[in-house]
Amino acid sequence: MFADLFAYFYQFADVFAFLVLSAAGLAVIFGMMGIINMAHGEFIMCGAYVTTAAYHAGLPLPVAQASGVIAAGVIGIVIEPVLIRPFYSRPLDSLLITWGLSLVVTQATLVLLGSSMPGIGTPSGGFHVGAYGFSTYRMILFVAALAVLAFIYVLFKRTRFGIHARATMQNAAMAQALGVRRNRIYALTFGIGAGLAGLCGALYAPTMTLIPTMGATFIVESFVTVVVGGANVLLGTAPAAVALAITRTALNGLYGQVFGQIGLLLAVVLIVRVLPEGFSGWLARRAG
Amino acid sequence: MKRRSLLAGAAALPLFSIVGRSAALGADPIKIGLLEDVSGDLAMMGLPKLHGSELAVEEINAKGGIMGRQIVLTHLDPQGDNARYQEFARRLLQRDKVDVLIGGITSASREAIRPIVDRQNALYFYTNQYEGGVCDGNMISVGAVPEQQLSTLIPWMVEKFGKRVYTIAADYNFGHLSAEWGRSILTPLGGQIVGEEFIPLGTSQFAQTIQNIQKAKPDWLYMLNVGAAQDSFFEQAMAAGLKLPMGSPIKIMLGFEHKRFPPPALENMYASANWFEELDTPAAEDFKKRWHAKFPKEIYINDMGYNAYVAINMYKMLVESAKSTNKDDIRKVIDKGGACLDAPEGEICIDPKSQHTSHHMRLISVDAKHQVHVVKDFGVIQPYWLSQVGCDLTKKDPKEQFSPDHLPKGT
Repeated sequence: MFADLFAYFYQFADVFAFLVLSAAGLAVIFGMMGIINMAHGEFIMCGAYVTTAAYHAGLPLPVAQASGVIAAGVIGIVIEPVLIRPFYSRPLDSLLITWGLSLVVTQATLVLLGSSMPGIGTPSGGFHVGAYGFSTYRMILFVAALAVLAFIYVLFKRTRFGIHARATMQNAAMAQALGVRRNRIYALTFGIGAGLAGLCGALYAPTMTLIPTMGATFIVESFVTVVVGGANVLLGTAPAAVALAITRTALNGLYGQVFGQIGLLLAVVLIVRVLPEGFSGWLARRAG
Repeated sequence: MKRRSLLAGAAALPLFSIVGRSAALGADPIKIGLLEDVSGDLAMMGLPKLHGSELAVEEINAKGGIMGRQIVLTHLDPQGDNARYQEFARRLLQRDKVDVLIGGITSASREAIRPIVDRQNALYFYTNQYEGGVCDGNMISVGAVPEQQLSTLIPWMVEKFGKRVYTIAADYNFGHLSAEWGRSILTPLGGQIVGEEFIPLGTSQFAQTIQNIQKAKPDWLYMLNVGAAQDSFFEQAMAAGLKLPMGSPIKIMLGFEHKRFPPPALENMYASANWFEELDTPAAEDFKKRWHAKFPKEIYINDMGYNAYVAINMYKMLVESAKSTNKDDIRKVIDKGGACLDAPEGEICIDPKSQHTSHHMRLISVDAKHQVHVVKDFGVIQPYWLSQVGCDLTKKDPKEQFSPDHLPKGT
């Protein structure tokens, strides 16, 4: 009995972690800056590739993963003023330019690094509950997802940078007049979003096949979570991930992965129909 | 109109590469159109197919071509997109007027272009192992089929590991038909499918599947997962402590998972293959040496890359016997029987009734250090199933795909 209950929790935690980690970077960039980052998957891939390369170069896994996060974040900070900033007032064009970036990066990775990269191997360690065997690393992913949610909340709610960032996003001209360095806020926020995408890649690198198009595996889940969550990442991402994870886990368990996928997408249609502004819009209205 | 065609041209530019431009003086070159994915999700399996084709063309051209005519190979990269497969197949057949069309990785891509091939009444080589059953006079199948792979592998697995089987299959025609084949071979053996799961392509998370397997307690896993994303299963299963024997018609020799994943993720994987790079007969050694001399960075020469090499040599043999590139003349050669080729795996022949190829099949296994061992040599196996159920292309050409649950009428 306990084994089955734990198994359900484990499945839920696994799907929840995947949704939160794949969506966090996208949610920060979309929620804070209004930019739909079509190159999100490529930042994930970047995190995974750098992690793997660093690990093969002899670094311990956590250090390699940190370098993956930093690499993606730094690339984000560099790319923002060059490619993203000119398009703040033109959201459709920013969609196009980030999509172009994603195509260029995927093809360039294929040409320069080949069609696949040897993997790392999931860190060993598992445990048994009843008849089931579980991987400890998947539990670490769940903890990491919770930590990411806490990090985003504390960063944007409790720090000076967070207040400046939210002020800039609400009214850039006014914030600048009050002495906030607008461009630096933009670059850092985008960098944090890219770094969170890199974190997703870094954490999932040991469990997956490394190919240039691996980012695409995360895209559906990340966009779906952000859409359901709504514009406010601080309020929306966590309840969206919980709702979608419950739906998907239940259907996966009852009818298999195909129905899990169908159910996930149907749930999105339904939620967006009932709550057009996502969970965060609904929560904000209730609070207001 | 002008702008549109310009745009279309610009879009196609990076996908377009012409290999072996050096046409012979005098005689017209023979044009071969090749459709292989060298980017997208299947790139790592498709690249060896392009390489195998290039190697075959280079070797044949160096020895004077086919009947004194050089080969020009036009390769387009459909990037795993079936709509692009159709567009490029039309372009190669209608605009470039190639003499023969070769390629396609997934069964979905093959079925996407086969109607176009049939409408153009062209000759087409499919070079992958597949779920079998295509009875089409325009198509020659070079890869291994279920009676060669599954009718050897599954009974052996049942005898060695047991009758309880769990199937994990990609959710498209290959996965469904191969799962159907598994059921139809298992039933007379008293085997039992204790679980069967179809996974959407691109899925990379398998925690639920792993748990279902642990609950069902099978003796072995019948693996029909396809693509890089679904291959993540092996890592995740190992991390969860799932250590069951696995049998598959597409792992090891096709996806070279034992080269891509750190050991021992692929331990206890069994497959039935006509080609795998570890094959060490003198002919195979010589072939591998020539391949690696031209492509020193190749991770693994997989069976479809090998089949692609064989297909062009097979085409050469057929054209030279028919003394023509005309499809009907070529089919007359096949109809007579004895259309055989001395391939690196040994002598293989095209069966006149089904236009599928005989193969020398071996059962291979992977150990904890990811070394490949030959467990059993089955010898040469004919592609007998289609003719058994009534496909006879020498008499009638239904241009249809059959399966154990979908047999030709009147049988």
